[in-house]
Amino acid sequence: MKHKPIIPIALADGTASGGGCSSGGCGSAPEKLAHLPDHIRRKVQDHPCYSEEAHHYFARMHVAVAPACNIQCNYCNRKFDCANESRPGVVSELLSPEQAVKKTLAVAAAIPQMSVLGIAGPGDPLANPARTFATFAGLSEKAPDIKLCLSTNGLRLPEFVDELCKHNIDHVTITINAIDAGIGARIYPWIYWKNRRIRGREAAAILIEQQQKGLEMLVARGVLVKVNSVMIPGINDEHLKAVSKAAKAKGAFLHNVMPLIAEPEHGTYFGVTGQRGPTSAELTALQDECAGEMAMMRHCRQCRADAVGMLGEDRGAEFSLAKIEAMDIDYAAAMQRRSAVQQGLLRALDERRARRAAQDQAAEKPVGTALRPVLMAVASAGQGLINQHFGHAREFLIYEATMEDVRFIGVRKTELYCTGSDGCGDGESVLERTIRTLEGCEVVLCAKIGFEPWQRLEAAGIQPNGEHALEPIEEAVAAVYREMAAAGKLATKVSLARAA
Amino acid sequence: MALSITALCTACDACLHVCPQQAIIERRPYYVIRAERCTECTGDYADPQCASICPVEGAILDAQGVALNPPGSLTGITPDMLPPPSFAASSPV
Repeated sequence: MKHKPIIPIALADGTASGGGCSSGGCGSAPEKLAHLPDHIRRKVQDHPCYSEEAHHYFARMHVAVAPACNIQCNYCNRKFDCANESRPGVVSELLSPEQAVKKTLAVAAAIPQMSVLGIAGPGDPLANPARTFATFAGLSEKAPDIKLCLSTNGLRLPEFVDELCKHNIDHVTITINAIDAGIGARIYPWIYWKNRRIRGREAAAILIEQQQKGLEMLVARGVLVKVNSVMIPGINDEHLKAVSKAAKAKGAFLHNVMPLIAEPEHGTYFGVTGQRGPTSAELTALQDECAGEMAMMRHCRQCRADAVGMLGEDRGAEFSLAKIEAMDIDYAAAMQRRSAVQQGLLRALDERRARRAAQDQAAEKPVGTALRPVLMAVASAGQGLINQHFGHAREFLIYEATMEDVRFIGVRKTELYCTGSDGCGDGESVLERTIRTLEGCEVVLCAKIGFEPWQRLEAAGIQPNGEHALEPIEEAVAAVYREMAAAGKLATKVSLARAA
Repeated sequence: MALSITALCTACDACLHVCPQQAIIERRPYYVIRAERCTECTGDYADPQCASICPVEGAILDAQGVALNPPGSLTGITPDMLPPPSFAASSPV
């Protein structure tokens, strides 16, 4: 085990908000995160964007109140707005702070698992401070149980740290793609700073300085900081290891490395110039390398700035302004119901954790065997269960099983967009694309699967498995792995331990 | 002496926050500059502020109708780099 001592994070008051169980989530097996102090785990236990465990149970929403931006990123094109597009920076309906509060209350009444409201754009929240803080103020008053968070490019973060703390915001995400101005200049063509448009290295240097300063200031005030980075092969992929280290050193508690989304039709600089995104394997490899130093998040869905619902789903269309107007909501009753439902979810999380801990203890750890690890894909609609039909899955959770451990390593989407680098030939059927998406996986676990996809998956060397429907994911993955081991399917490696 | 905004504007609010003369009106589908208020930031700043923060090339024109941020100047994407229109139309998703 490579446990590090307590990460250097200071809490202003030394106490933790929230109660109940502590989360071991955040994108990897609980034991891998044992270095997170309890008060941090408690703070993220119901936050789907910060805790891998929580994202199976809790929902979030973003309100699009912040249209303006003060930097340009080469992967962003704000002119694009299509309902089928799922990526940051894209929204369908811009809201006023009043409309945003109303929408949040309506969603939180309809989806009682909703624990978090974030402002992530479509521009930068801190380039729209009046709208952003008016929204936070309205929500603190009307729905004090909902956690508030924001995601920023960091340029104006130092200026607003005090204001953020006033609004009781204890989670902030900063997107940091570089800590080197030369690399930054290849990602950010310009920034607006002190009444001038600044370009090139000078711009990147200012942005980086502000991001790092903002990170330090937030950590000093006890705010939990997650760092997001977009992995751009050939530009910052190697460099992100240094970014991860620096973020950790300054007290960020979680690092989320996301794959570049760049398609020519998005009209971004990277899309038009053919900059490729990373393959799933490249992304996982980089996340694994960073994981030696830092807790890594791997369940990010790179959602829109107006996303609603569980991660991986977007129920935004159910809550357009017109539909909200027609809703008749008892807000007080909704808050009570939310509280009851969320307490239940926390108990379910607790039980799940306890069950896993007991199984880990009970499981016989084989000595002297070196079985190869196996990747398995899981169709899940939430609650940490295998509860989705193969054909209904728009994404698969990917787990790596070994004799010792079941490790969550990422999410692969099947339909929302095709990642250019993984290939996406014309005329491919959805099923063919899905099978390509599952490349490297040996098993796919789902609640049910049709005859045709079953045959096609088998032909592609992926074993479909519907025998663990409605079972908890990790337990089922571990069981299937043990079956494979017992059937002699995994002993391909020479037993190093015995040889030694 | 006044700048103007074209239909390329995405109504993103950025200029609204930085105009020292409150010369920008949130009209839809795109914003407009009240010519009688606009000073092109003379006396306030070295550069016109709306044109310094606007992310859209061609959205802000000077008094002569010339784009202050011509194609390629902000995104690095020059017209010759763009694929022919049919390409975008046939893309999946």
